[in-house]
This record gives sequence, C-alpha cells and structure tokens, in this order.
Amino acid sequence: MLEINDLHVKVGEKEILKGLNLKVPAGEVHAIMGPNGAGKSTTSYTLAGRAGYDVTSGSINFGGEEIIGLSPEERAAKGIFLAFQYPIEIPGVSTLNFLKTAINAQARLRGEKELDAAQFLRLVRATAKELNVSEDMLKRPLNVGFSGGEKKRNETLQMALLKPKLCILDEMDSGLDIDALKLVSEGVNKLRSPERSFLVITHYQRLLDYIVPDVIHILSGGKIVLSGDKTLALQLEQNGYDAVINKAA
Amino acid sequence: MSEEAETLQELADRKYKYGFVSDIESDYAPKGLNEDIVRFISAKKNEPDWLLDYRLDAFRRWLKMEEPHWAKLNYPKIDFQDAYYYAAPKNDSDKPKTLDDVDPELLKVYAKLGIPLNEQEALAGVQQRKIAVDAVFDSVSVVTTFKEELSKVGVIFCPISEAVKDHPELVKKYLGSVVPSTDNYYATLNAAVFSEGSFVYIPEGVRCPMELSTYFRINAAKSGQFERTLIIADKGSYVSYLEGCTAPQRDENQLHAAVVELVAHDDAEIKYSTVQNWYPGDENGKGGIYNFVTKRGDCRGARSKISWTQVETGSSITWKYPSCILRGDNSVGEFYSIAIANNAQQADTGTKMLHLGKNTSSRIVSKGISAGRAQNTYRGLVSVHAKADGARNFTQCDSLLLGDKCGAHTVPYIQSRNPKAILEHEATTSKISDDQLFYCLSRGIPTEEAVALIVNGFCREVLQQLPMEFAVEAQKLVGISLEGSVG
Repeated sequence: MLEINDLHVKVGEKEILKGLNLKVPAGEVHAIMGPNGAGKSTTSYTLAGRAGYDVTSGSINFGGEEIIGLSPEERAAKGIFLAFQYPIEIPGVSTLNFLKTAINAQARLRGEKELDAAQFLRLVRATAKELNVSEDMLKRPLNVGFSGGEKKRNETLQMALLKPKLCILDEMDSGLDIDALKLVSEGVNKLRSPERSFLVITHYQRLLDYIVPDVIHILSGGKIVLSGDKTLALQLEQNGYDAVINKAA
Repeated sequence: MSEEAETLQELADRKYKYGFVSDIESDYAPKGLNEDIVRFISAKKNEPDWLLDYRLDAFRRWLKMEEPHWAKLNYPKIDFQDAYYYAAPKNDSDKPKTLDDVDPELLKVYAKLGIPLNEQEALAGVQQRKIAVDAVFDSVSVVTTFKEELSKVGVIFCPISEAVKDHPELVKKYLGSVVPSTDNYYATLNAAVFSEGSFVYIPEGVRCPMELSTYFRINAAKSGQFERTLIIADKGSYVSYLEGCTAPQRDENQLHAAVVELVAHDDAEIKYSTVQNWYPGDENGKGGIYNFVTKRGDCRGARSKISWTQVETGSSITWKYPSCILRGDNSVGEFYSIAIANNAQQADTGTKMLHLGKNTSSRIVSKGISAGRAQNTYRGLVSVHAKADGARNFTQCDSLLLGDKCGAHTVPYIQSRNPKAILEHEATTSKISDDQLFYCLSRGIPTEEAVALIVNGFCREVLQQLPMEFAVEAQKLVGISLEGSVG
C-alpha cells in the first residue's frame, strides 16, 4: 500500500527527514512513535503533500504509484487522508457544506459522478449516526467552537465519508480526555478493514491501548531506528525514548 | 510568502464572463456635455417642461461644483466631455411595447446574460418564483415584464421615463425628495442627464406578489449610464427589489453615475438588493467601469424599514454609500455589504445611518475582501440626532486580505448628539491562513474552490440576506471574482 524509500525532506533550510524507510501493507495498522522533534509531523505533512515540505531525495510509492510531485488534492483523491492533530476552524462554512464540497471535489478529480443533495444527506446522516456525530454538529461552522472530542469525531466522520485507503492519524490523542479518546478510537476501529491501512503517529503509548497496531516504528533524528510489535510501546513507556533508542543504536 | 499563497497567485485569470459586446446599432447624442445635450435627452424622452427645468437647474449647479476627492481612490481626471450621455438601440421603437416588439437581437443579448424576459419561460420553472424584470440597455428600457399582473394589485413597475408620462403626480412628488439635485457632484450630474431606471410604487397595504428587478447593461462604447431609480412603498406595504449590472470588456473607462431613492411610509418595508458586476478592468487595471453612485432610503413613516444588501464585485472604481434616513419613530435601517476588490480594483463603499426619530435602530454588517493589488475601504457614518431618544446602532466591519499586496481600510465616523444612544462597533481584519487552505486541499478541494469556500463562509451573514435566487448566483460570483490574482 505504502512504501517509503530513503526519504529526505527539508523544511526551509533544515533537513528533518534523513533517510526514512517505511512499508505499510494493505490492512495493517502501523504506529510511528518518537520524541519531540523526531520528524513525526513532517512525515505526515510530507505524505499529504503540504507545500513547504520539500522532498530532496527518495521515493514515496502509494498503491503502486510514485506520489512525490502530486498536489495534496490529487493525493486525497487517490485515497490518502490526514487526520489533523489540531483540526482547522473555517468560520461560516457548515460542516455539511464542507463535507459535500470535499466528497464531490474528490469525485470530480477521480472522474466519478458527484452526489446530489439528497444522496449526500442520506449518506452523511447514516454515517454520522454510526459515529456519534450529532445533527447539530453537522450544521455548525466547521470546527468552530467544537470541543477537542467533537473536532476529532469530525475528523473521523470525514475519514468515513471520504473512504481513504491510507489514514494518517497525526497525534489523534491531543486534546482528548480519556472518555473522548475511547469514543474517537471506537470510531477509528470501525473503519479498519483489509483494504485500508493506518499510520498512527503518536508521542504517547496510551492511544495504542485503544487503536492496537500491528507494527510499531520508532522515529528518531529523521529516520526509523527501531521497529517491532506492540510490546515495543510498553518498553518505551517503562524505559523512556532515550534508553530504547540508545539500545537500538 | 508561503508556497500556498504563491500557488494562489499563479492561478490563471478567468475572463470576465459578461465582457462581450453586442452589435446593436445605436442612436447617440452628440459627444460631450452641455445644455443642448441635456435638452436633447429630455426631448428624446418627450419630457414635460418641469422636468427639463429640473435637469437644467441641476446642470447649471453641477458646472459650479467640485469633484469630491475625499475617498481613498486613485484615478486619472475624468474628461466629462469625452463621453456620450445618451445611447439607445436604433430599432427600439417608442413605448409602450411588449416582448413581441423588442428587437430579437436585443432579446439574444439578455438570453446570453441569463436574464428571463419571457414571462412564459419564467413561469415554466416550477420551483422558481416569479421575478418581474425591467431591462435597461444603455439609456433606455427595453422591456418590463409582468407589468399587467402587477397592475392588478395596484403595483406600478415601469421605466422611470414612462412613469413621468403616466404617473407625473407621483414622480413630481417624490423625485429628488430623498437625494436632492443639489446633493453631491455625481448626484447633481445624474439629475441633469439621467436617462433610464425603474419606477416602483407599492400602494397602501399591498405586499408585492413577486420580486421586482432591474437589469442594467451598458453596451455602447464611450457611453455613460445614468440610472435613476425611484421606489415608493406606501403605508403598510412590502417590496423586495433586486438590481443587477454588467458591461462589456473595454479598454477605456466608462462612467456609471446612478441615483436611487427609496421612500418607506408608515409600517412599510423595502428590501433592496444589488449584485454589482460591472466590468472590473483587466488585471493591470486597464478599462472598467467608474461607479459613482448615490443610493439613499428615507424611512419617512413610523415603524418603516429599509434594508440594503449589496454584493459589489465589479467596477474598477466603486464610490457608493447606500444610506438610510431614519426619520420615522421606531424605524429600522440595515446595510449588509460584501465588497470584493481584486487585481487593480478600488472600492470605497459603506453606508450612512442617520437617526432622527425616536427608538430608531440600525445594523451595519460589512465584509470587505481585498486581493491582488486592490484597495478596499469601508467608509461609514452613524449619526444620532439630539431628539433620537432610544437610538441604537450595531456595526460590524470585517476585512479579509488575500495576499500581501492589497489593502483594507476601515473609516467609521460616529456622531452622537444624544447621550442615551447605544452604539456598538466591532471590526476585524484577517487573512486566509495556510492552515485553512491546506486543510481544504488535504480533503481533495482544489485551491480555487477552497478560497471560494472560505470567502463564502466569511460572507455568510450577508449572503443570507439575499433573496434565494440571487444568493446562489452571488456565491458563484464571489468565487469567480477572486479567481486569478489571489495571492
């Protein structure tokens, strides 16, 4: 599904990713953990194609295709979805309007038929119900005045509606109390399927209690220094990043 | 500048959709402006002496007046002699007329502009509400639809030149009663040379059964358009009126100097909406309409209400301050505005709310969007008279900047002579953030669509004020107006 080879990425003049290698097969959930400044957010923004994250060498193969050079919207249409650490507020634009614009924009980019208003509403209402997103939230301006939990549930709703092949969850647990975290994780787990891969980027182990990964990678100094199964997270929790990274080195 | 902003700037220019010129043979007044031209226009319209005198008086005053320069607008000196003050399609026979009498070439123009002039067709759409249209082409009205149906309930809707003949008592009583011919340089010029516009009278207690609208089209080269519109809502009546404007794409500037007067009697309400889409000039500021407009509503009666909603996207220069005189006790004035200035456009627009009566209230919501190298100024006055006990005003001015070469300016004047008046003013200035843009992109929404979405969100409060048929159009227009030089 996703194969990153020897990826080097600069932000401004500074090289952040220094030879990242990563392989996420279809249907698997991979977690990337790492200390502050390791390049976690850079990894997610680079995959989503954000301007200002310059790939200087390496390759990103997604679904058998090189995606470096594609615009963010093209990547989105091909099935890459980034759930934001801090979802962005757009005043005056209702969540419904935003969702419809996004779904139909992707359909257009893929050369598919757009949904009409009735089809769209049916789809959104059904999906929202499943993910505990209230009708009221759909009508409010996107993320404006949303609680931390509402924002993340809204990200999950978008994910469910846009049906991506690869979901990148950037620090999904930021700003969530334990109940909200459970609720959001439940939503994410409902979306797991054999055709869909997840890349869960997190600083803390606690998220991985709820979204259980197949593989954990430790990112440090711009590259993956250690990979292992879910027990790796527990080692980190007990010994800290320094000890585990030093041992690996 | 961020890369996303650069991408924005790179977006290709979408051409002005209504910039076509129609090959319609026209009758012109001789070029230039003098008393003979004023007489020529009056004669063309077969006007009574009192109106010719009104024009001549205004013209003589105008000669002694100075062009105002207090607005934040930069443009070369206008040569008032280098323009035609009257242009009319040649085959346009004298009124009255029906659609069958209209030159088919003219009908084609309106079809191309998407204006429904055929009453049957307008009726065909099931969910579409009826809209009566007065189509003004250069200096004359081509046709006015649904006149008969409206007259059944006593509503008069016709070109103003026709009203002068058929309803002289009303025109005489109200013309210049809100915007006197001495008002300002452009209003005085208009009083001297106005050629066409609409006249609306809603009788006592009547709720106008359909939306009324006037569609202004400038076609002839080097011609000015001097629209004159007069709307009177008698006691307890209601009317919603829409105005739209477009012009061909030309290299030289053309002048549009309009005067619009509204009068609302006791318990009457007038809702006046404008979607102004005059040719804005090219990306370097060449060509475009100079739009110098005086619009004023008089809430003459108690509990009357006048609401202005404007979406200003066109014109190279906009100088326009739709205002309300809140004379009647408990009267209400509203001003909702979206002003978009892109490329080299300059807009200086706002409102005046003059509180004279007791318990009068006004609300101002202004959304200014600047892009390219444009300058966009909100200029407003809220004034409370000493006797206006219980006066209230709420003003909100929001500016959105796209890119780093444009400017947004807010110039609010507040004068209160009543210590108990309650006046509130809120203002914000913001930019579309890279985060907002990237968030949209990452969901598959391309840049242009994302900008349109965010800007429409910014304007939502005002767009909601528009009648539904116009709101959809206006939303699209907001997107189109910003295509090109955002960045």
